[in-house]
Amino acid sequence: MGGHVARRLLDSVLILLGVSFIAFLLLYLLPADPARQIAGRSATAQTVQNIREQLGLDLPLWQQYARYLGGLLQGDLGRSYLQRSQVSELVAARLPATLLLMAGAIACELVLGLTMGVIAALRRNSRTDSALMIVSFTTVSAPQFVVGILLLYVFAVQLQWFPIGGYGTWQHLVLPALTLGILGAGWYSRMMRSSMIDVLGQDFVRTANAKGLSRLRVLMRHVVPNALLPIIAMIGIDIGLFMSGIVVVESVFGWPGIGQLAWQAIQRVDIPIIMGVTLVSACAIVIGNLLADLIAPLIDPRIKLR
Amino acid sequence: MNSPVGHLPVTDGAAPVAGGGRPVPRRHGVFGRLLRRPSSLFGLLIIVLIVIAAVGAPLFAPWDPNEQSFDGLTIEGAPVPPSATYPFGTDLLGRDLLSRLLYGARTSLFIGIVANGIAVLIGATVGIVAGYAGGWLGAGLMRFTDLMMAFPALLLAIVLASIFQPSVWIVALVIAMVNWVQMARVIYTETRSLKEREFISAQIAIGSGRLRVLGRHVLPHLLSSIIVFGTLGISTTVLLEATLGYLGVGVQPPTPSWGNIIFENQTYFSSAPWLVFIPGALIVLLALAFNLVGDALRDVLDPTLKGRH
Repeated sequence: MGGHVARRLLDSVLILLGVSFIAFLLLYLLPADPARQIAGRSATAQTVQNIREQLGLDLPLWQQYARYLGGLLQGDLGRSYLQRSQVSELVAARLPATLLLMAGAIACELVLGLTMGVIAALRRNSRTDSALMIVSFTTVSAPQFVVGILLLYVFAVQLQWFPIGGYGTWQHLVLPALTLGILGAGWYSRMMRSSMIDVLGQDFVRTANAKGLSRLRVLMRHVVPNALLPIIAMIGIDIGLFMSGIVVVESVFGWPGIGQLAWQAIQRVDIPIIMGVTLVSACAIVIGNLLADLIAPLIDPRIKLR
Repeated sequence: MNSPVGHLPVTDGAAPVAGGGRPVPRRHGVFGRLLRRPSSLFGLLIIVLIVIAAVGAPLFAPWDPNEQSFDGLTIEGAPVPPSATYPFGTDLLGRDLLSRLLYGARTSLFIGIVANGIAVLIGATVGIVAGYAGGWLGAGLMRFTDLMMAFPALLLAIVLASIFQPSVWIVALVIAMVNWVQMARVIYTETRSLKEREFISAQIAIGSGRLRVLGRHVLPHLLSSIIVFGTLGISTTVLLEATLGYLGVGVQPPTPSWGNIIFENQTYFSSAPWLVFIPGALIVLLALAFNLVGDALRDVLDPTLKGRH
């Protein structure tokens, strides 16, 4: 077990290294000249050259990467080209908002998705079941921004129950979290349904019914907890999906998280920020997958560690 | 190694073939079985309709998609709501929305199919090579695939697309670059387990060449997964294209795509909701259609695949 954990940790670190290298390669090979951007249009060639040397942009690629990596090991993500601050500070300032949104989104998708899945499985092959599965298929096929704008239109513009965007109170959180929650619920409901159907066919459920437990008690004590086992690992993977879609939902709702930070940086080609957000997201993805892999065998001993 | 290439167009051709034939359900044919399920019939119908709309756009479009007509805006300069002259209303610049949507269907379908075709090609090739060849090559390829899985895909696509002033082809390529990973994983796992099966060992034992075994015995078994995940993948690419378009880094206006129509008009979404919700609904319908057909194909082609993902 210990050896396995250590190997997986090492794997994760290697993957992150690889991600950092590929991102670095892509971003620093871009047809953009950061030195010129910092200096401004009217700067002389000499000024631009000085800035280039100061930032080490005149060094060969591998030296630049080595410098970046050296900084990374000390928790230094570099300096923003256009905003006069450290990337790590910018990311740290935006991260709480993104994490809050993530917590809200996961809560929404679990509540919606699991409820839908349980109901669909209990009413298998009924009209309720097919209606729920049509809903889940549709949400899986909907892009974030369409659902986001639809919720804004109905609940913020027409009904005016929630603010149209921004950050601060719990009312601001509802619509963006619900957008992500509705989309994620599609996946969760389908998985929960098939997991429930598996469990419902097991012998121990028949035994529980046979010894006279009430239907509700069988459901809550025996069926649902067992059906949840494969779902828990999914939450880890879900964090990754969440991270890669964060740009869209944050820009629809003006949510001041790292997605917005990345989006603004992309528009201004502020490479150190893009790089920083990419790495933070990749970290979240890797940690999510790691948790999924390591926790699954703990809660369900039938899943053996590889 | 070229043999997988020859099989791949089947994926993209699946829908049109079904649409072109009369709905005479053959007892055992794949398409007959697809047509008999309400969900996949609905999906096929939507795909056929959208294909017809895209191909016949010049015939059906009541206006030129880029024409800013004289009465296309109200006196206050606002878009005109749906009416007899403009069936779906006009957009922010006074262009007919229906015509733009018809031409936009071309962009969405083209990118959906081309990007997904490239992604399937890369993914299947990587998966087959890694699974069949094994060794350091296989290990290296799968390491790279794992690495790409940890890459925040949408972020990567946005960065790439916003940098290379995107044409239709560039957008398709960018989407393919981030979308092949899933396919590579699936095909790798399947090739690996196929390789362990007796009938493959038997073929190798009687002295068939490795490439012959690959082409004659391994590939045919992979085909159904490639078709299933290839069809489901079109839905992902359609959504990704729409998302890039919505952010303004996809196909650039004036060329219409369903995503960039929403991008251009989103500021008016509260006063002219049709400009956002009609293209939005079309995106959902197209993605849903490919998801439904893909899901049905999964059940029809290989019952053991069901629920495995």
